[in-house]
Amino acid sequence: MTVSETNTDRRELKFRKPGIDRFFHFVVTAGALASLLVLGLIAAFLVFRGFQIFKDMGFSFITGSTWEGSGNPGEPTTYGIAPMLVGSIVLSLVAVAIAVPLSVAAALFIEFYADQRIKKFLISILDLAAAIPSVIFGLWGFFLLAPRASHWAMSLNHYFGWFPLFHVPGPFFDGSPFIGGMVLAVMISPIVTSVSREVFSQTPPDQISAAHALGGRKWSAIRYVALPFGRSGVVGGAMLGLGRALGETVAIYLVVNIVFKTNINILFSGGGNIASMIALKFGEASPYEVKGLMAAGFVLFIFTLLVNMAATYIVNLSKRNKA
Amino acid sequence: MDDRPMSISLQGTIGRGEFERTLNFSVADGEVLAITGPNGSGKSTIIHTIAGLVPLRSGQLQSDNITWDAPDSKQWVTPENRTCAVVFQDLRLFPHMNVMSNVAYGLRARGIQKDEAIERSQKMLKRVGLSSFESRRPTDLSGGERQRVALARGLVLEPRVLLLDEPLSAVDTASRAALRELLPEVLSGFAGATILVTHDLGDVEALATANLSLNQPINHQNPAGSS
Repeated sequence: MTVSETNTDRRELKFRKPGIDRFFHFVVTAGALASLLVLGLIAAFLVFRGFQIFKDMGFSFITGSTWEGSGNPGEPTTYGIAPMLVGSIVLSLVAVAIAVPLSVAAALFIEFYADQRIKKFLISILDLAAAIPSVIFGLWGFFLLAPRASHWAMSLNHYFGWFPLFHVPGPFFDGSPFIGGMVLAVMISPIVTSVSREVFSQTPPDQISAAHALGGRKWSAIRYVALPFGRSGVVGGAMLGLGRALGETVAIYLVVNIVFKTNINILFSGGGNIASMIALKFGEASPYEVKGLMAAGFVLFIFTLLVNMAATYIVNLSKRNKA
Repeated sequence: MDDRPMSISLQGTIGRGEFERTLNFSVADGEVLAITGPNGSGKSTIIHTIAGLVPLRSGQLQSDNITWDAPDSKQWVTPENRTCAVVFQDLRLFPHMNVMSNVAYGLRARGIQKDEAIERSQKMLKRVGLSSFESRRPTDLSGGERQRVALARGLVLEPRVLLLDEPLSAVDTASRAALRELLPEVLSGFAGATILVTHDLGDVEALATANLSLNQPINHQNPAGSS
């Protein structure tokens, strides 16, 4: 066998993209970088304005439960956002706990049960509902939902008061995290439903037909094929909803009695979240207190970012397991 | 045709999109009917029509004297209520379930209690040589192993009609040889009718008792198992 000597130098291929391609590449890259830049600038602004508070209060700004003083010389001033941080989490979790089962059921109905006309109608209603301003939800919650929900809260407490979450230290049911959570649930339902439906619609039809061919009825195919397939989408939708619920301001401001006290008895009056606290205090805040509110805003910003990162991680993990 | 009870009979026109084909065949208990023909001749459409995934265009499809599909008289039995099981060409195993759950799915879907479904699935997995694979996911299996799971998933239902769509097409040469040995052994214990779609005449030789070539009229070769 003979081996001929070959030229091992690789031929370099040069390809220059057409001008329009390079221009389009530049535009989309600039767009992507701009949103990152804006996010970075917001974070930098909040850190810059709230830095003194982090320096003065240290870690107790996160763990402390007192918001006192205006920072004037000689006046004792302590800022800690633990009650509102806990309030944000409680309100959002109540909202997600109510919204997710309803939204998944709605998504399954639209995708697998509704006929084409009803499906189209419901999808447009969902899109519309996602665009309703939160102040509308807040007003609806305040005037229509809250009076009724107080009675539901009373009933829950009456029958399930032994459960710590449903226990109340006194007979006050107005403006509770339960009512706030319900308003948030209605607010986030369209986005959770929309994302879930989108993922369910991508269930491979072959898998559904395989389930039928093996004797599976519609519900069986949904339970064993569509739901596991759409799990990552449901989690992603729930996390998106959680992100929106965490930062909701106006609806909570209108519906919940904003009280600076940690309240995990969700049926009991009083609570709030970081965003509503900022809205409540901002108008009358001293320059030093404004810095405190900026620092609180930064904590909320980071917290929401972490929730979204966790959502991405869970969705990716779920996708990896499915692959 | 002989005078044994016909597990499945199809007289009518199948079709999908622009494609149509008129057929007339019956398969008796214990028979393995191979359906051969070139690509696009409607082999898989026959399987899907019998399974109820594609409706019959005209005529009628019967199993054990029960009409599954007859468009003219508007008779229709839904796929989940047909006493048949399909091993699809692309297998269609559920990727998020382990082997045991895949095999037990049909039984559970038909209302069999969990314990019984697991016991029957274990027996079937043993028959196809996959006893130790119960907790594995389909993605962790070789092509031949996945094919065995698909076969077990169909057979465990003890259907009246077993539909095999190109069961040996998606495996390598070594697995194909092993499956060709396994299939007659497994099918010999199967009481119902089998319809095997293939383009490989070797499969017909090894497995079939009758052959329907979609270019020729039906031809019964060797109705083994018949009296």
